[in-house]
Amino acid sequence: MLALPTAPAPQPRRQILVGTALVLAGAVALMGGLIGLFLKFRTIANDNGETWLPDGTKFSMVAANVMLITLLPICLFAQWAVYSAKRDDKPHTGLALGLTGLIGLAFINAQAFIFATTALPIDQGTYSYLFYAVTGMTMALAIVGVAFTAVAAFRYLGGRTTDRAIVSAHALYWYAFSAIFAVVWFVVYVTK
Amino acid sequence: MTTIDTHATSAAAPAGAGIAGVADWVTTTDHKKIGRLYLGAAGVSLVGSLVVAGLLALERISTDGTLLPIESLTQLFSIYRFGLTYMVMLPLMIGAALCVVPLQVGSRAVAFPRVAATGFWTWLVGSITAIVSIAANGGPNGGNRIFVDLFMLASGLAILGLLATAVSLATTILTTRAPGMNMRRVPWFTWSVLVMSLALLVALPILVGDLLVLFLAHKYPAVSDLNGNRAISEWAAFGFTQPTTLLFVIPAFGFLADTVATATGKRLVPRGTIFAAIGLVGTAMFAAAVQSPVVIRAGFSSLSAGDKISDLVPFALVHVLPLLGAFLALALTAQALRKKPTIGAPLVFGLFAALLAVGGAAASALNHVGDAGLVGTTFEEGTWLTLVYAAVLAAMGAVAHWGPKLWGRAMPLKATLPLALLGFLGAALASLPLMIAGFADQPGGVFPAVEPGVPGVVLFDYSGPSALWNALSLVGHCLGLLAVLAFVGLAIRSFTSGERVGDDPWNGQTLEWATTSPAPANNFADIHIVQSAEPLLDLKTSNRSDA
Repeated sequence: MLALPTAPAPQPRRQILVGTALVLAGAVALMGGLIGLFLKFRTIANDNGETWLPDGTKFSMVAANVMLITLLPICLFAQWAVYSAKRDDKPHTGLALGLTGLIGLAFINAQAFIFATTALPIDQGTYSYLFYAVTGMTMALAIVGVAFTAVAAFRYLGGRTTDRAIVSAHALYWYAFSAIFAVVWFVVYVTK
Repeated sequence: MTTIDTHATSAAAPAGAGIAGVADWVTTTDHKKIGRLYLGAAGVSLVGSLVVAGLLALERISTDGTLLPIESLTQLFSIYRFGLTYMVMLPLMIGAALCVVPLQVGSRAVAFPRVAATGFWTWLVGSITAIVSIAANGGPNGGNRIFVDLFMLASGLAILGLLATAVSLATTILTTRAPGMNMRRVPWFTWSVLVMSLALLVALPILVGDLLVLFLAHKYPAVSDLNGNRAISEWAAFGFTQPTTLLFVIPAFGFLADTVATATGKRLVPRGTIFAAIGLVGTAMFAAAVQSPVVIRAGFSSLSAGDKISDLVPFALVHVLPLLGAFLALALTAQALRKKPTIGAPLVFGLFAALLAVGGAAASALNHVGDAGLVGTTFEEGTWLTLVYAAVLAAMGAVAHWGPKLWGRAMPLKATLPLALLGFLGAALASLPLMIAGFADQPGGVFPAVEPGVPGVVLFDYSGPSALWNALSLVGHCLGLLAVLAFVGLAIRSFTSGERVGDDPWNGQTLEWATTSPAPANNFADIHIVQSAEPLLDLKTSNRSDA
């Protein structure tokens, strides 16, 4: 009787990278849905001649712009970590991941600053619900990103230097997050 | 070991007795056990939800609508809808997929086993909390503020749990296939699970986002269109109705294709076209993106050409393409039945499930044609029930088909086959009368609010034979419940004390039949190299040639 040919168990093919990409697809759908709702209600309010932005609402655009700008170094440092990991350059990988996490924390701090300084109680109606849902979810994604950075750093610096896929997946996360925030910045902070 | 290890070694831990056995099941990362936990929990939910469905049908027969306390009807409708959608339909499909997919792709474990396990427990806790919150006068149209809030959080949690398992499944299919198994060679069921998982990842996060906004609006009330407990019925209903629910039954088509190929012993062709047809069903996910019903407006013929196009294009994308895909998948698969198949219970279950799914897709498209005048009637509920029963029959068929790989024993075919017929009869009787009553304008709704003295879903305001249609629907639910209970009883008896079967009892074609029955904790002693989509069929053909 014949049997199927066998082979050694293959290494999973970029499993963490694929898993991260799938989670990011879900995150994009989530944020896309929220932004779609924001735009829909804004259009309805404008068409009906109603006030969309509650009177007296002002954001710190400086903080919002800084958040956008911080995404550039975040992406650069995340890619630097990938570059260094591929060359087994542990010190530079650690430095790059550390800087990514640090700037991620700065991003979260800027978002918290906006929440603290914007005179917009949450019970002001449709705008405030959507504003806090969109920006709150963005902040949650940033927190997940910083946690991902910490996990990637601990794993890599802990000695699993052959496990480069997680560093690549981590970079992918920040790229996607940057794209998401760029849309949020334009819709929520610029065009309001 | 860190939390993102992809192949947990604890999967190999042997099950013990008593507390150790319970602990083993609670902490398991074996995909076959997690899948069975999903199936078991969804099975219990199914029995409970069908009892509620029967009670509501009974209430509808009573023309004065006073059989059940009117205060509880709103909650019962919510439990019925939430229960059958997110505690039965989707978990049944995900559970069956989790049991089978890693075996089919020749993998030793599911990708991210801890994520899959966490997904199950998150779903379970979220679902139970959601049901408790509805029972405590929360949920859609509920009167208790705290429990309405809790319902939104809990249902969001349940959906996130299902999504976590979907990520695990999709990653398994994309990254852990056996050597030589490219995407054109994946088994039918695996392909359909991939399509479902990817579609869920697009559709369900949007629902989670909407539930978040609705939670904020309800928790911090102000004058807003999003405010109030009734906003759930308006803004989150898309996640509980068609065509979103059509996504949940996509694996029924893959299951049918697998069982037809097994029953005929031939290669199922045209492979690419059937793959594309199953993929087309997934375009229903775009219905979630618009977050509101995609309809052809009433008075369509009098619209301008531009308005007609603006109605037709999205309608075609979210209703016609999925219907076309579903029909093609069924038709192309069923045409292989001319090759003298061995009629077995799984094949019949699969055929009925796919038939119901196609019927549900067609009815869903009709429901969204404005001139049909079906919006706000029980036609939608009948359509939804068609898809619910499609998922139930597909899951029952999957258990009968792949049971040997999970328990090492098989269900007796002669005793199982009548249950497929009974289940299909129950499904048809439960859903079709509600569709007919919908044409007669019997009022309905995804989450209907029932208020004293207000004509609504249980106080009929039309002169048709309401008692007849609703009595038939009740009979359908009773038959469905009977089929489910009989199937569960038979399954328990067969899988605990039934006859042991060999590794390949159905003469299968795909890799799951190459391992032992039941499959060991790590699925395969050796990893097989695959050179076609039907590796075992190749082997058998080669054996016959040699002989």
